[in-house]
Amino acid sequence: MSDETMTLFSPRLAARFDALILKYPLRRSALVPMLLYAQDEVGYLSDAVISEVAERIGITELEVRNVATYYSMLRFKPAGKYNVQVCTNISCMLRGAYEVYERFQEELGIAHKGITADGLFSLEEVECIGACCWAPAIQVNYEFHDELTPEHVPGILAGYRSKAGVPSDGSLSLGWKAGVPSDGSLSLGWKAQAEGNAPHA
Amino acid sequence: MADVTFIVDGKKLTAPAGTLLIDACRKAGIEIPAFCYYPGLSLQAACRMCVVRQEKVPKLQTACTTTVAEGQVFITESPEIAQARKSTIELLLGNHPLDCPVCDAGGECELQDMTFKYGAGESLYAEAKEHREEQQWSPAVYFDRPRCILCYRCIRMCGEGMDVWALGVQNRGVSSVIAPNGGDQLDCEQCGMCIDVCPVGALTSGSYRYKTRPWEMNHVSTVCTFCADGCKVTLGVRQVNDGSEIVRADNRDKSGINGDFLCAKGRFGFDFVESPERLTKPLVRNSQGKLEPATWEHALRFAASKLKEIRDSKGGASIGVIGSNRTTNEENYLLQKFARTVLQTNSIDHVRSTDYAALARALAGHNCKTASLRDIATAPAILLIGGNPTEEHPLLAWNLRTNVRLNRARLYIANTKPIKLERQAKAALRLPADGYQAIPAYLGGSDDTIKDTAFREAVLAEESLVVVFGQEYRGQAVESLVAWGLKRGPNSGSVRFAFLGDHANSRGAADMGLLPDLLPGYVPVTAPGAFQEYPGLPATPGKTLPEMFEAAGKGELGALLVVGANPVASLGVDPAALKNTFVIVQDLFLTETAALADVVFPAASLYEKSGTVTNTYGDVQLAKKAADRAGVKPDFEILVRLAGAMGVDVKTLVPFGKDGVTADLGQSRGAQAGEADRHAVWLAANNLEPRLSPFDPLAVLDEIERLVPGYTLDRINLFGGNDVRTEPGFVPITALKEAASALVAPAHDGLFTSGTLGRYSPALKELEQHQARELAESAAD
Amino acid sequence: MPRLVSHPDEVKIVSRRFGLGAAKIDRYLELGGYKAAKKCLEQGPDWIINEMKASNLRGRGGAGFPAGMKWSFVPKKSAKPKYVLVNGDESEPGTCKDHLIFLHDPHAVIEGTIIAGLAIGAKVGFIYLRGEYRYLLEIMEKAVAGAYAKGFLGKGIFGTDPKTGTEFQIITHTGAGAYEVGEESALMESLEGKRGIPRIKPPFPAVVGLYGGPTVINNAETIATVPHVIEMGAAAYAAAGSARNGGTRLFSISGHVERPGVYELPMGYNLKKMIYEVAGGVRGGRKLKAIVPGGSSTPVLLPEEIDIGMDFDQVAKTGSMLGSAGVVVIDDQTCMVEFALRTISFYQHESCGWCIPCREGTDWLKKSLTRFHAGFGTAKDIDNIQHIAENMLGRTFCPFGDAAAMPTLAFVKKFRKEFEDHLNRKACPFAKHVELAVI
Repeated sequence: MSDETMTLFSPRLAARFDALILKYPLRRSALVPMLLYAQDEVGYLSDAVISEVAERIGITELEVRNVATYYSMLRFKPAGKYNVQVCTNISCMLRGAYEVYERFQEELGIAHKGITADGLFSLEEVECIGACCWAPAIQVNYEFHDELTPEHVPGILAGYRSKAGVPSDGSLSLGWKAGVPSDGSLSLGWKAQAEGNAPHA
Repeated sequence: MADVTFIVDGKKLTAPAGTLLIDACRKAGIEIPAFCYYPGLSLQAACRMCVVRQEKVPKLQTACTTTVAEGQVFITESPEIAQARKSTIELLLGNHPLDCPVCDAGGECELQDMTFKYGAGESLYAEAKEHREEQQWSPAVYFDRPRCILCYRCIRMCGEGMDVWALGVQNRGVSSVIAPNGGDQLDCEQCGMCIDVCPVGALTSGSYRYKTRPWEMNHVSTVCTFCADGCKVTLGVRQVNDGSEIVRADNRDKSGINGDFLCAKGRFGFDFVESPERLTKPLVRNSQGKLEPATWEHALRFAASKLKEIRDSKGGASIGVIGSNRTTNEENYLLQKFARTVLQTNSIDHVRSTDYAALARALAGHNCKTASLRDIATAPAILLIGGNPTEEHPLLAWNLRTNVRLNRARLYIANTKPIKLERQAKAALRLPADGYQAIPAYLGGSDDTIKDTAFREAVLAEESLVVVFGQEYRGQAVESLVAWGLKRGPNSGSVRFAFLGDHANSRGAADMGLLPDLLPGYVPVTAPGAFQEYPGLPATPGKTLPEMFEAAGKGELGALLVVGANPVASLGVDPAALKNTFVIVQDLFLTETAALADVVFPAASLYEKSGTVTNTYGDVQLAKKAADRAGVKPDFEILVRLAGAMGVDVKTLVPFGKDGVTADLGQSRGAQAGEADRHAVWLAANNLEPRLSPFDPLAVLDEIERLVPGYTLDRINLFGGNDVRTEPGFVPITALKEAASALVAPAHDGLFTSGTLGRYSPALKELEQHQARELAESAAD
Repeated sequence: MPRLVSHPDEVKIVSRRFGLGAAKIDRYLELGGYKAAKKCLEQGPDWIINEMKASNLRGRGGAGFPAGMKWSFVPKKSAKPKYVLVNGDESEPGTCKDHLIFLHDPHAVIEGTIIAGLAIGAKVGFIYLRGEYRYLLEIMEKAVAGAYAKGFLGKGIFGTDPKTGTEFQIITHTGAGAYEVGEESALMESLEGKRGIPRIKPPFPAVVGLYGGPTVINNAETIATVPHVIEMGAAAYAAAGSARNGGTRLFSISGHVERPGVYELPMGYNLKKMIYEVAGGVRGGRKLKAIVPGGSSTPVLLPEEIDIGMDFDQVAKTGSMLGSAGVVVIDDQTCMVEFALRTISFYQHESCGWCIPCREGTDWLKKSLTRFHAGFGTAKDIDNIQHIAENMLGRTFCPFGDAAAMPTLAFVKKFRKEFEDHLNRKACPFAKHVELAVI
């Protein structure tokens, strides 16, 4: 698909997709990554996203839906700008994940798959995210927070609020486009540390 | 593959190595239950019902994925296996609604049968069942999600079988659900095959749902009355006040020429028989010029006296007869015999959908050069020239797809436009708009207007080829194409032909001599051979259909008898042309032609009578009376009664009764004087008894077999519900003259249209509108 | 940042470079990286496979199949391209070892993939990471780019001729949330852009795998171990472990212990010692109640069953499995009915739904246990839960059904008394989380 073609995606993502479908022995292999990256940018898999992905891969929209609905990270409705995913699986549960999850529910005033009125946060109870030894753990978008107690919850939310430029009293509503920061980047705390050669204290 | 021997339940079985155990067992009469396994479709191993014990293997194995090898030992029924199957059913029944008393599938449900067999009668499930509202996906297809057991048959049938791919599975785990391609709508060919393969009542038919219980119906296998492929169709019939009504059409036992297959028309289009516009009383034009209901007695007497009067005053040549593409062979034969011997006219014709006479002429003297519809499902290579079978010949398209998928047959397509079957084609040749005529020369190597030589080389490399072609070929062009095939000898590969026409019995109409110059079996009226026994057969060809209307316009056509045809609409005849002609029409509806008639007889549909029909490939099948409608009569009976009312000895038309038919005991004069009763002699020679009723079409079938070249039928198979072959090559070559190819008027019916009958089917109209809407929506996207 | 831990009993082979900044290629080279791959290129496929067989390295994903033998099943000649596929879909609850490998030592994964490719004659390797590991994928992608820049990947690797020399490409790939995709044939389906439904076997992936070509699929830890096996020699690696269980293993110890973390210990290390010494014992001095030895799909052990060596064979003798070596420690304040419910909820959520026993069985079990834990159970329910699980065992399309049924059976059998304590509308004796959110 050339740059001149109408696309829902940013030029950067469109170019990435052009490369992605040629990367594999069969174009269809690009499907799942494309859906996830499209969701990262658009916020969810809208009908239009599904339609464009189908066209780019060269399969029917039905086939895209068959695949997309299989994977639990993919969603078909908007989430908050920051999607808080709390693992409550066994290792996290044993170390207080439900208490953390309940605290998030209280702080945000939403339940499983709920979304705050300002569109800033959504909340999800999720299955194991691979941080069992640092339990309980959560992911906000792709960012991990680990070894949590309910007391950590307000601070975590405040951090994201300030990242989004919202005063701590939450009074300002900026009309969020659900999803990821507008520059498409993700701040990944752990990654920065990993590359900084810093063994964890 | 080489045969291997293995042991199942102590029995020694033999099958080719690599055969699926489930197939090998079923062939040997050992039934292994399965929900997801469906012969011919891809393997799933999902339902776990076909588990068996294989010696030296720790876990139970699925018979649907186990291939047999030498020396294997299997057990297919044991307490352990029964327990495994029972528990699988228990798990299925957990959330199954168990609304069997109102479920369409009740009584025909594989889950019910399995529950009965394995006795999972006690419910251990204490949780609340999850109810979901039923969804309507199209006028034809409804989906009841909680009943679905996720066997994925529908998905595979739609995708692999139909090449439509309109169904998928979405979500995961217990949320998994069958989903249609249009969100909540099904944008597809509406064939209903998904409903057919559903083992439970999850997919139900818009026309059948909640109408009846399976055991309240009589199931009658007959032949579909729509296209020229002639599928076997089983009609579910129920008694009602004014006869018996058809409530369902399917191919219930998957037998006959079409096996698993039936298209939208065959499955849903039968409702034309119940149309409120159906004629159920004869109509006679009154003194005010209006058609008004009359008794059969009056209408027959009036029509007969007028026919007799016109024949006697103006001569038989002033009478025209137009036959039908959807009446039975026996009716067509009787009609031409009635025309030629009673009305004394050769002016008999029909709306020709293709030039069968040209095929007969081209093949004259060459036997075994045509392919049956079954052959197309097994031929190693097929060349399809023109047409669009997906729309016009759904069973042909099914057979082509199945053959490519299961046997890796090579399909070559030459067409002026892209068609869907090219997805199955090994090679496709795109022809210019007028390109069909060049094909014989192109294949013969003497044409250079078509540049693609690779296509030709691939086709010529085939050792055994079936050439399927259609209405693009007429007259000389048919002969050129056939001549190319006949020239290829044993070294260059054998070629057989299939010629495509429209309508359920257009081949039969041509074969039975609804032609002004040709008697049944394409025997010329100028050299009638065995037909010399027809008393008073006129010796010169009569008028063609356009010539009849031309004569009518000039006031030279005294009477016109039209049976099951609507030439006024289909050929665009000026109604005024018929104002000085006495017109009799036999039909189901008050068509444009019938509206001009002086007498209209309400005729029975193919589903309300018996007889044989011949599909476009020359396969003959038996149609059996399924439904009944008060007031109507089969065309066969109408003709016999009309002849009777004209004072004809009916035995000269229909050979019935024990006293002989043509035997005159030396009392008559003329060609047949003094001869023995030929029919009786033939019956005796074939070990057959004389028929006892003048209304028994089989009496005429006997005569067809006796007199019509190529119609020597394998009766055991025919009466057993199978298709049997005819052989057009038996026609003597010298006898034929060039066919009148200009008269061919193809119908080009689509998936939801079928001439007059389709117009009166609410189901087909609704499907057509649904698809038009889906098309408009997807175009707008 | 995941906390790194250490203990004197650890034998650091795979985790040798953890915390040393080896995600950067120069640092990885300083620490001896890519020497093993170079050596393998010189020695050839037969030598590699023999070394791998001799190392007794068994699959770290959970099944414990000998890696060298797996590689040897790949036909030497193949009309279709061969592939290496690294399974980084780490999703077994209780397991987070691959997380650290991708974070701290991505080049070990790359190097191991190259060696596997050399061994079977593949030119392309795929590294599949679960979708939740986005930041790890980005680390992997950067590492792969670094390896290309150094000429360790691409055409003519390690200085061989770009036209006639050895070619090896690596493609990184992300999933999007599906535990079942960790099953090797479902992993291939997912990589081919389909629903993660396992394939019918045979054919096995070594013969017909990705895109129809012969494919070796190994867990990320197995692959990351390969360069170390080559470096230290098969015999030395094998000697680090127990009989038929070569080397060390990354044990993810989680739950109610004082010092949870990923510890690299020799195969066969005593489980009791692992809990009480390595991980510092049960948190807050509480009593040990139960232990899940190898990830959520392995049957739970009682305290009296844990004086065993942690290798595939010794754990199997207890009726449980070493699995993915995710040791989950449970103290006496835990409701085992709730624990069973949370476990089966996971399997209900993750069942692909393809076959009847797994799809319906996991759902039925979840519903029964939910009701049961809320105090609405009957004595018949306990038998019924057992009955359902027994009827899933060995009957499903893939091992997922067993993974859900086996732990359930163990919970009911070993903690039947605790189930009975929930009867007759009694509230959960531990009075926690009775109304669980439904995922």
